[in-house]
Amino acid sequence: MSSDATVTPVTGGFWEDTGKRGIASWIFSTDHKRIGLLYLYSVLGFFLVGVFLGVLIRLELMAPGPTIMTAKTYNAVFTVHGVVMIFLFIIPGIPASFGNLVMPIQIGARDVAFPRLNLLSWWLYAIGAVIVLTSLFTGGGAPDTGWTFYVPFSARTGTNVSLAVFGVFVLGFSSILTGVNFVTTIHRLRAEGMNWGRLPLFVWSLYATAWVQILATPIVAITLLMVIAERTLGVGLFDPSRGGDPVMYQHLFWIYSHPAVYIMILPAMGVISEVIPVFSRKPIFGYKMIAVSSVAIAAAGSVVWGHHMFTSGMSDTAVMVFSFLTFVVAIPSAIKVFNWVSTLYRGSISLEAPMLFALSFILLFSIGGLSGLILGAAATDIHVHDTHFVVGHFHYVMFGGTGFAFFAAAHYWLPKFYGRRYKEKPAIVAWALMFVGFNVMYFTMQVLGMKGMPRRYFDYLPEFARLNFVATVGSWILVTGLIIMLVNLWRGLLKGEPFEGNPWGGASLEWITATPPPTENFEEDPVVTHGPYDFKRAGEP
Amino acid sequence: MSDHDAHKEGSVHIVSYGQLVAVWVSLLLLTVTTVAVTRVDLGAGKVWAALAIACVKSGLVIAFFMHMKYEARLFRIIFFVALVTLAVFIGLTFFDVLYR
Ligand code: HEM
Repeated sequence: MSSDATVTPVTGGFWEDTGKRGIASWIFSTDHKRIGLLYLYSVLGFFLVGVFLGVLIRLELMAPGPTIMTAKTYNAVFTVHGVVMIFLFIIPGIPASFGNLVMPIQIGARDVAFPRLNLLSWWLYAIGAVIVLTSLFTGGGAPDTGWTFYVPFSARTGTNVSLAVFGVFVLGFSSILTGVNFVTTIHRLRAEGMNWGRLPLFVWSLYATAWVQILATPIVAITLLMVIAERTLGVGLFDPSRGGDPVMYQHLFWIYSHPAVYIMILPAMGVISEVIPVFSRKPIFGYKMIAVSSVAIAAAGSVVWGHHMFTSGMSDTAVMVFSFLTFVVAIPSAIKVFNWVSTLYRGSISLEAPMLFALSFILLFSIGGLSGLILGAAATDIHVHDTHFVVGHFHYVMFGGTGFAFFAAAHYWLPKFYGRRYKEKPAIVAWALMFVGFNVMYFTMQVLGMKGMPRRYFDYLPEFARLNFVATVGSWILVTGLIIMLVNLWRGLLKGEPFEGNPWGGASLEWITATPPPTENFEEDPVVTHGPYDFKRAGEP
Repeated sequence: MSDHDAHKEGSVHIVSYGQLVAVWVSLLLLTVTTVAVTRVDLGAGKVWAALAIACVKSGLVIAFFMHMKYEARLFRIIFFVALVTLAVFIGLTFFDVLYR
């Protein structure tokens, strides 16, 4: 294969003709593809930081008693792990990286509606990240409140909560800007013939997500400012000893943070809805229902936040109302799962890397979703609340769900933008290791939770020792797979075999433009004549 | 690229000074009413009175100062969605606060 592949391996399309040079051609670029890649590498970097911390957590829990760190350090490590994973990896995750890369092309636009705002959003992300990181080493040191910053502890602890929370506040603006940009782009910049019924489902999911970003994010932003006001000015908003209401904080926090889990999962579902039909060679089953269910999930998901608070001392009436509403969200989620499975039925399935990740998404998300129902029913939740069952549950949804969808997207779309592809075999080995390691770790954690092991403790009773050891071994398998996957992607994209045309036979617009796409995406503005999963007509000019 | 035809929906409407001043004066009057109402003993109705006046005031600001009255339907719908969302959030919180 190529021997001269060491210098500037990726060429053509938007990789050239930018007018700027070096790093400036990235951090000051308003091209949605460059911003998408910028975001991709930023979130990936923080993902790795988070994984490193996660592995440290598992190492500490490998055996009872202090293993590698003190209790105080442990509190800081799981807090930072949570903050990094949630605010720096998974919320911007798919929308800001793959959404930016692919969405404008999928609707036949030359760029997003507000390219500069798009760049500003990345800058705010970078600034917010720097602030969060600074908070770890300044003031009273890394926050130890858990990623949820619950009062009254967060109002009193001596650690640097104020700065960390301010960083999250800035990150919120970055998210809102992406949302505003995407809503406007999808409304205004669709190509001729790209009506709402022809939007790829990934775009539909980004559209629903964007609304949640716009409507819910301001609430957490204000809430976090209130925490800062309480800490620095002594305003008695949440601290009961000053006349405040700590349960009110939990309401305000979850009014955003529950919808935020749909910011995390909806774009992932969009990716899956793209990959499954392409690798089954069959139009998606129930296009309309999947599109509508994205919006339904966004709407219903915004009114279920109370299920995080069943044991908080909230009124029983509220417990019943929120428990009921939580069960309602299961309906549109199940609609999607059934539609994906029906798409597979009698398709000619080809098990390549993106498809393997997508299929495991369905399984892992279903396990996560069903364990969510156990938590959504107040009676059972009271037993497993704040145990490792919860930790297992949300890793199944966020990592097994969104994380795996992120990897599916990487294997599906990145070759398109690099014009080179990864090797298939190592990708499959990596996938298998990750899938096994994942289940060994998190399923075990769910069992531990059922047996009563609480979360956020650095020590546990001796009877939990064996299963904790198993879970830690699981984390090593998972990380081995992860490393193989990333190395394979990296090497493949930089110097792998050329990737040309439309090898997987996708029917949406990103597959008709050049590889890599030119700066303004299309040589000529496209005119759309068929739906995104109309594979029969995709070959026609 | 399409900066020039960006304004094709809804022509630019200019609100006259007279109208703006009229709105401003009514806002002031409503503020006076808010204060006056506190002197009347309405019991629990006090909160409702204050909220009602506040709604009228913000309605005026939104319609005239924020131009919502003259915007295209889509914008009004979008704005309305935001308001309803907020109302739903507050409403659901009251399932807790009222029954605690
Ligand atoms: C190799 C990867 C990972 C490992 C080994 C890992 C491990 C863990 C463990 C053991 C805990 C529980 C700590 C405790 O309660 O005592 C935890 C908490 C958490 N993890 Fe992970 N995790 C990983 C990846 C992720 C990913 C991908 C996400 C999100 C996308 C994530 C988000 C969180 C959050 C939000 C918490 C809760 C932190 C808190 O309690 O404040 N983790 N993780």
